[in-house]
Amino acid sequence: MELRDGVDWIGAFLEETGRLYLFARELFAETVRFLRKPRRALELDGRTLLTQLEQIGTLSVPVVITTALFTGMVLALQAGLTLEVKLEGVSQFMGRTVALPFLRELGPVLTGLIVTGRIGSAIAAEIGTMAVTEQVDALKTLATPPLRYLGVPRLLACLIMLPVLAALADVVGLVGGYIVAHLVLSVPTNVYWGDVPNMVTVADLVSGVAKTFFFGGIIAVVSCYQGFQASGGAEGVGKATTRAVVWSSIMILVSDYFLTVFFAFFL
Amino acid sequence: MIEVRGIHKAFGPQQVLRGVDLDVRTGETLVILGQSGGGKSVLLKVIAGLLDADLGTVRIDGRGRGELSAEESERAALRFAYLFQGSALFDSLTVMENVTFALRRFSSLAPEKLRAVAEERLSWVGLRGVLDKKPAELSGGMRKRVGLARAIAMDPAYVLYDEPTTGLDPISSDAIADLILSLQARLKSTSVVVTHDMALAFKVGDRLSLLNQGRIHAVADKESFRASDDEVVQQFIHGRARGPIQFL
Repeated sequence: MELRDGVDWIGAFLEETGRLYLFARELFAETVRFLRKPRRALELDGRTLLTQLEQIGTLSVPVVITTALFTGMVLALQAGLTLEVKLEGVSQFMGRTVALPFLRELGPVLTGLIVTGRIGSAIAAEIGTMAVTEQVDALKTLATPPLRYLGVPRLLACLIMLPVLAALADVVGLVGGYIVAHLVLSVPTNVYWGDVPNMVTVADLVSGVAKTFFFGGIIAVVSCYQGFQASGGAEGVGKATTRAVVWSSIMILVSDYFLTVFFAFFL
Repeated sequence: MIEVRGIHKAFGPQQVLRGVDLDVRTGETLVILGQSGGGKSVLLKVIAGLLDADLGTVRIDGRGRGELSAEESERAALRFAYLFQGSALFDSLTVMENVTFALRRFSSLAPEKLRAVAEERLSWVGLRGVLDKKPAELSGGMRKRVGLARAIAMDPAYVLYDEPTTGLDPISSDAIADLILSLQARLKSTSVVVTHDMALAFKVGDRLSLLNQGRIHAVADKESFRASDDEVVQQFIHGRARGPIQFL
């Protein structure tokens, strides 16, 4: 790659980042306007919000449970098999070994990535298809701002549901760890659960779940943005969907580091 | 009245409109003719406020779009009905929900009244018994009709038709032309029809205009347009590949 290509790439990246920022600002402003709307209008769009809450929240539960359960199980198994060889009696610390990384990192990040795959792609594909078939323009001709009708319910549903799913993932992950610790590594029930509060603080739990509030915002903003940007038929929708998943995932992983630093200082 | 002045619009390096001037008089049906890909639909979208022009102004009843607040311009959209080329029906909603979309948001009609209005508007476009169907269950011609019923649900002052007969057989096309005429008589609205279908143009248009190379090349009443000795106009009317208009 020549220097000039590199400069072009950086320029395009900065331009896209700027557009995404402006889009996010507009979407959040529209969300504030939505929440201040008269009751009747709220009732109308409230139904759309309920559908999105179901799509993003309830219907994601099985995949979140499966992922959290097996991740908790494998975490306990790896820790047990690895540590027990080196240090005898270490299994009494199994509770914290599973709980700490799970509540702080694995629960929130896995939930974010799973919802990105399941919902980010659906949001981008749905809005993208509407954009390329002129349905987004049709909304404008019916005096309905597309951002309010399509974007706001999805953003609110992501902001509400991600923390709920993450809390669920935390509980299921700990249970998964317990199943392996108890059945495979023979750690007594009271030893496993008794060890969890020894190292885990409320701050760990709160910071982990709070992170997913930001991840929810990232998924909704990036996926809606990519959907609205889609053009050029089926190929355009496909590209928008891919970009939504890739950029949401990258932004979740990068922001996770900075959110961890932030919460380390303030909690 | 719609006054279009000096509209320029480019997409990247491609200059589509190069200074369009056009008046649409209150109560008339103006047809905009032009080659496929020549910018007719872009012009219609600029008139409807769906696209911003790079340069130039569109004034509706004396007021420019830029003079309206966000709220006003949102409401002003309800004075326009827009029939999209591909109908653009919301495919997650039923026909009934599509037709009453704006009514549900901007009127306080009870559900049974909404159903009655939807049935009435669908009967205006010659459809019955489709209220609870999804758009995917309808044929192309039926979707166009539902799109039209949705567009006219709020009694618009202006009706904009984007290629209303594209993709339809000649008989369905003629039925759509009849429909446009009957709606015009019923709503007393001002209409703009973008098309390259000459049969439709001569049937529904009071005045015809020709968009060529990004500008309005000619505009005249139906008979003068037909009798015009302008080579470009004659080439277009008779659909000849050879002539001053270059194949795009």
